[in-house]
Amino acid sequence: MAEHCARLWVAESPKDLVLLGRDPTKTERVAQDMRVRSPQSTITAHTTDFLDPQRIRAWADNVVADGLPDIVLIAHGSLPDQMAYQQDLLLCEEALAVNGVSPALFAEAFAGHLQHANSGTIAIIGSVAGDRGRKSNYVYGAAKGLVTRYAQGLQHRLAGTNVKVVLIKPGPTDTPMTAQLKGKGAKLADVAGVAKAIVDGVARGTPVVYAPGKWALIMMIIRHLPRFVFNKMDI
Amino acid sequence: MKVESWGRLAELDHQVRPLVNCNGTLPVFETNALGLAYGNGRSYGDVCLNPGGGLWLTAGLDRFISFDENTGIIACEAGVLLRDIQRLMIPRGWMLPVTPGTQLVTVGGAIANDVHGKNHHRVGSFGDHVAEIHLQRSDGEAIVCGPNLKPGWFSATVGGLGLTGVILQACLQLRRVAGPWLDTETQPYQNLAEFFALADGSEKGWEHTVSWIDCISRGGGRGIFMRGNHAAHGGVDEPAGKKLAVPFAPPVSLINRLSLRPLNIAYYYLQSAKAGRSTAHYEKFFYPLDNIQNWNRIYGPRGFYQYQSVVPREVGKDAVKAMLKEIANSGDGSFLAVLKTFGNREPLGMLSFPKPGVTLALDFPNKGERTLKLFERLDAIVREAGGRIYAAKDARMPRDLFEAGYPRLGEFMKYRDPGISSALSRRLMGT
Repeated sequence: MAEHCARLWVAESPKDLVLLGRDPTKTERVAQDMRVRSPQSTITAHTTDFLDPQRIRAWADNVVADGLPDIVLIAHGSLPDQMAYQQDLLLCEEALAVNGVSPALFAEAFAGHLQHANSGTIAIIGSVAGDRGRKSNYVYGAAKGLVTRYAQGLQHRLAGTNVKVVLIKPGPTDTPMTAQLKGKGAKLADVAGVAKAIVDGVARGTPVVYAPGKWALIMMIIRHLPRFVFNKMDI
Repeated sequence: MKVESWGRLAELDHQVRPLVNCNGTLPVFETNALGLAYGNGRSYGDVCLNPGGGLWLTAGLDRFISFDENTGIIACEAGVLLRDIQRLMIPRGWMLPVTPGTQLVTVGGAIANDVHGKNHHRVGSFGDHVAEIHLQRSDGEAIVCGPNLKPGWFSATVGGLGLTGVILQACLQLRRVAGPWLDTETQPYQNLAEFFALADGSEKGWEHTVSWIDCISRGGGRGIFMRGNHAAHGGVDEPAGKKLAVPFAPPVSLINRLSLRPLNIAYYYLQSAKAGRSTAHYEKFFYPLDNIQNWNRIYGPRGFYQYQSVVPREVGKDAVKAMLKEIANSGDGSFLAVLKTFGNREPLGMLSFPKPGVTLALDFPNKGERTLKLFERLDAIVREAGGRIYAAKDARMPRDLFEAGYPRLGEFMKYRDPGISSALSRRLMGT
């Protein structure tokens, strides 16, 4: 998802991009693609442990030392597999950490810098799954719920500043993360369209962006369903 | 999950596995089912389908790897769309030398079907501009081939219908171009003799030639001849035209006995009115239908066939005339009818479609048995003329016609990947 946003950003005009990933081969492959798409852009690729607060802090400080970023996009996540989480607490813990704690740590690592400079945008990918817990994916949903609440708090903290915090809640989207869902025939939104919604939302500084937009309506209904109706639904 | 091809003849069950990495082994399917690479699903017939088996989706392999501004060689993953190459590279002064009538196909699909364009007489087909292919075999072997590197593998894979392995990445030779514009000329013609005179007369002076033919006009063979050359001036890019879409399939085909004649007459006169020289943006000139999303739905819920044949030049006029007569007699004509001459060059791929001669491509709404009977009569003409049918568009040709049309089939079979199968390969090759 972040990759498709980056494609849109470099298509507008050359940019300085710093990519951070978990897998060195994949991250370098994305960087190489960006270099072909935009030879005038400066693209650097790094990898780190996404669960290590010290490394996250050190990396963020390093990036800021080279120049304050205009936009920080935090978009990592892992495939939700609710049944596996229910059976294996180690997997469950990892899913909560990667999808919930880690994005919050990254945002926190940059928030102070941006607040100090009084400029920039932090965009965090949450999920429609974070809006209401349901049996088919509540572990992933709980992690994304953490992101939602975290972003809300950060927006409150930075309300009087020029720093914008954008929380994006995509519906199920066709990305490598959902490859297995696709195999089961799930209807997934086109990632390029979702990326466009993210890029537009970031440009406007919209506090909460549902992508595609129809999910705002769907989730409003889901959130407001009375429990006796909701609990009868197989979702 | 249900998957259909562009012709929408049937939605069929497949196991699907998106390819995420451009290296390593291919994911396996349940019950050891055989697989097939599936790109953007723009093949008309069953070449991209493997019902009951598996599909490796290549859409996620959409990254560029390198581009050399000096030589014009671009390396990319197999799921990159031709559109993405064109839009990225034309502003930099380069473009794909060969593209088919849609740019919404993947690089892998363009190689596997060795697609051709309006400039075949000048530059050949897509495979003639491929410098290197990275092929992943289902047994784990990775093969790198090119015109001078394992040439047997190369000419089996170019036009190889995806059956020699999964194409993961490729290097393509782009060509220089000043900008997105073409100098074009539109000319109506009254009969096939005029068409051939125009086609032959344009070979030297015009890079791109194609014609629309009115397949049900009385006497047969009037049409609109279009030709173009890349403009020498650059100029700014045109903002994209308004996107249209066919939101759903109507309950009956909108192309039918009642509508076809008025449509053809209207199109002929509208285009005739535009006769003469003009300037056109490349997207409008090359890919007129790409701006209408899901145009394949106009044929209704039963879908449609495309019938594309090539017949040798010596018998070309008679064979085309005979085919048009059969179509006019049947009353089930086709609106999207294209007539074009191929250049005098032998194809690179063992199963490549283009060969010296004239090619006629027609869409037919699926009317079941009646449509298939018409195709049998067209087959007889193609068979007698010593022609062949384009596998990328086919969903029904008989096996003997395939074997007669593709004499290098025996040689090709040695390169097949035993872990790969398609509806087409089972129909035409037995496995």
